[in-house]
Amino acid sequence: MSTTVAGVLFIASLAVALAVVYRPLGDYMYRVYSGTRHSRFEKALYRLIGARPDSEQTWGVYARSVLAFSVVSVLFLYLMQRVQNHLLLSLGFKPVDADQAWNTAVSFVTNTNWQSYSGEATMGHLVQMAGLAVQNFVSAAVGMAVAIALVRGFARKKTDQLGNFWVDLTRGVVRILLPIAFVGAIVLVAGGLIQNFGSGHDVTTLAGQTQHITGGPVASQEVIKELGTNGGGFYNANSAHPFENAATWTNWFEIFLILCIPFALCRTFGRMVGQNRQGYAIVSVMATLAVVSIVLTNVFQLMHHGTVPTAVGSSMEGVETRFGVSNSATFGAATTLTSTGAVDSFHDSYTSLGGMMTMFNMMLGEVAPGGTGSGLYGMLVLAVITVFVAGLMVGRTPEYLGKKIGSREMKFAALYFLVTPMLVLFATGLGLALDAGKDGMLNSGAHGLSEVLYAFTSASNNNGSAFAGLSANTPFYNTATGLCMAFGRFLPIVFVLALAGSLAKQGHTPESDGTLPTHRPQFVGLVAGVTLILVALTFLPALALGPLAEGIH
Amino acid sequence: MRIPSWIRQHLAAARALLVLTVVLGVAYPLAVWAVAQIPGLRANAEGSYVSRDGHRVGSSLIGQSFTDKQGDPLKQYFQSRPSAAGDGYDPTATSASNLGPESIVDTLPDPKLKTDDNAKPSLLTTICSRSKAIGELDGVDGGRPFCTRDSGVGAVLAVFGDRDRQGRVPHPTRVVSVNEQAGVVKAPFLPTYEGVKVELAKYGEDYSKGLIVPVKGDAPAKPAVPADAVTASGSGLDPDISPAYADIQVKRVAAARHISADQVRKLLDENRMGRGLGFLGEPRVNVLRLNLALDRQYPVKA
Repeated sequence: MSTTVAGVLFIASLAVALAVVYRPLGDYMYRVYSGTRHSRFEKALYRLIGARPDSEQTWGVYARSVLAFSVVSVLFLYLMQRVQNHLLLSLGFKPVDADQAWNTAVSFVTNTNWQSYSGEATMGHLVQMAGLAVQNFVSAAVGMAVAIALVRGFARKKTDQLGNFWVDLTRGVVRILLPIAFVGAIVLVAGGLIQNFGSGHDVTTLAGQTQHITGGPVASQEVIKELGTNGGGFYNANSAHPFENAATWTNWFEIFLILCIPFALCRTFGRMVGQNRQGYAIVSVMATLAVVSIVLTNVFQLMHHGTVPTAVGSSMEGVETRFGVSNSATFGAATTLTSTGAVDSFHDSYTSLGGMMTMFNMMLGEVAPGGTGSGLYGMLVLAVITVFVAGLMVGRTPEYLGKKIGSREMKFAALYFLVTPMLVLFATGLGLALDAGKDGMLNSGAHGLSEVLYAFTSASNNNGSAFAGLSANTPFYNTATGLCMAFGRFLPIVFVLALAGSLAKQGHTPESDGTLPTHRPQFVGLVAGVTLILVALTFLPALALGPLAEGIH
Repeated sequence: MRIPSWIRQHLAAARALLVLTVVLGVAYPLAVWAVAQIPGLRANAEGSYVSRDGHRVGSSLIGQSFTDKQGDPLKQYFQSRPSAAGDGYDPTATSASNLGPESIVDTLPDPKLKTDDNAKPSLLTTICSRSKAIGELDGVDGGRPFCTRDSGVGAVLAVFGDRDRQGRVPHPTRVVSVNEQAGVVKAPFLPTYEGVKVELAKYGEDYSKGLIVPVKGDAPAKPAVPADAVTASGSGLDPDISPAYADIQVKRVAAARHISADQVRKLLDENRMGRGLGFLGEPRVNVLRLNLALDRQYPVKA
């Protein structure tokens, strides 16, 4: 079988598997978030938290709960790293420096998992499993909660109640993420991932050298890293490391974990608004963009254009033998189309255009299918913008799912969209203007610019992957990317919840002849078009200076 | 006294975080660990160690270097891929090279210094020199496109002169082979370019004003030394090599062990792995397992 055929089968089998779980997983999540019963375990948790699970919150209270939980999480994670030398299983590592600890704390709380540290040389096991991995769960659950709150805004009428954040958070963790993660972790151990609490062993190699084989609770962290679209590796090499991604099929399984919840949430959305076809429309936009992007990334990587790839005869630099170029390209596209940022190959060494695709995926706003929760709310905001644009074309008040998109709604949608481009372009400009920014580049010329642009794109979109040649562990980058991650996560969340509150207050506008149907291929094409145009207008100039300048002679 | 609501909110958040930390951060990884203790999973969970005579010699998932103290390849062993993890295959410093596809101009070393830490070969030169060395070691053609044949560096020129509208230099006034250093290399890989004599590069001179032109040369597009042999992996711990890279090493390993190539090839065939389920990943050979099998069956006579 040729590499191309195998690569196509790899993508096709993923698509089939995702299609198979779309309905059952989406329906299950619908029941999780719509149910009124609390399990005994959950009741106990609510009592410990001090939450009243049957009372609902307005958008303001919901948002403040999200923010309070996140602030506390950042503080806790920061402290944990700063005192890690006093903790169990510290492996003798010293406390993490202040700027790096801040960066890492924000990074994991915002579901970014940008890593300016090297896992195996910085973090003890307890910080990894009880600090970082916990945030992998809860930051994903926060994203899902916010998405569900937005969908409730569409589904409900004449109310200011959007649900209870503590209930949504707890259910997301206990009923969705934890069970899948537990089973998935065992599956990954079967594939060769390690799960122990030791510090590893020294061995004497065949050549007579000493090699330190590391230990750690990797499998339990790896699975939620993918499932929660987090991406922060136990090791510096992330999912390229054999202990994080041991076999050819674990690679497939990890991509599946990355994509399953973001896609299936569209089903949940359709169920909640009472029209499954609306879910199919949204998932079609996501799937179309994803397939095009994955195929293009594969094409660019397999064609291996550029001087070094031509000299090598393949885009093998930074790629593992067991995965090969094609499967690595698929992973690279999947990880940047979502907010994951895990890597099984190193994007910095990709071909210019292949590397540009990973950047472009993030610039899409990570909506195809995007992060757990954040992908759905990002795409719904784009759908709102689309009906507005379509409404302008025909001169009617735009509606979506029976809700009028008035100036208040559009303001929140526009503000939502503007946050990340502002952060990315401003911070990249700053990075290029300051010596502190330029000093971090490993590569020179256009590729150096790409490294900086990638860093801020990744941070502001809460992705976390990198053109990893950049020396990101400097006070400048730790501070700047930390700020981008925080603003890039919480400003959009506040705007989304405000939008949800404003939608929930409205009644239901019945469909009329002038209503744009939002479940037909026409609408799918419109949303995809609006997404691409918005992104192209915003980022093409920056891309032209980096990867395009490098790749096109 | 009533506690203000924003403080109550943060207290609830802190309690929620603590509770979830216990459940997700302690109970969950312990539960996974407990299940991973069942036979069949336990060896994996520990790290897939492989032993010889009761001593652990490595992990079948983690690659290792088969080189002597000077870093030269041990001829009796199949060689792993190049590694950017520490000094090579260091699991405490996993890394890729992260050099880009147009990393083609070297930063030359100061000839006055014994070792110059500021010197930095480009990715292209690194690949060319690896290819040349492997070609010599295994008796195959080490040439590649964009590589100089004799000096084994990136074949890259800086061309000076006025540019035309397309940015080309139609009438060069000066041409320098930027990766070939005077004193190290005797003559440039091209004597002349567009009628202008090609100079060797000198330490400290700035060639950034020139147009950088990589020269493809006449090496075959599919070189004899395979791609994985000259590139660093993502983790720096890649346990595998491609079957093609294993194939070119057979003769050398057989000669070093004083056995026939067929005997080596037979062991190699037993250690080939195809794609998972026929379509996942790429075919490969686990280097440590193969070398262990060789040592077991055909030990090197001291």
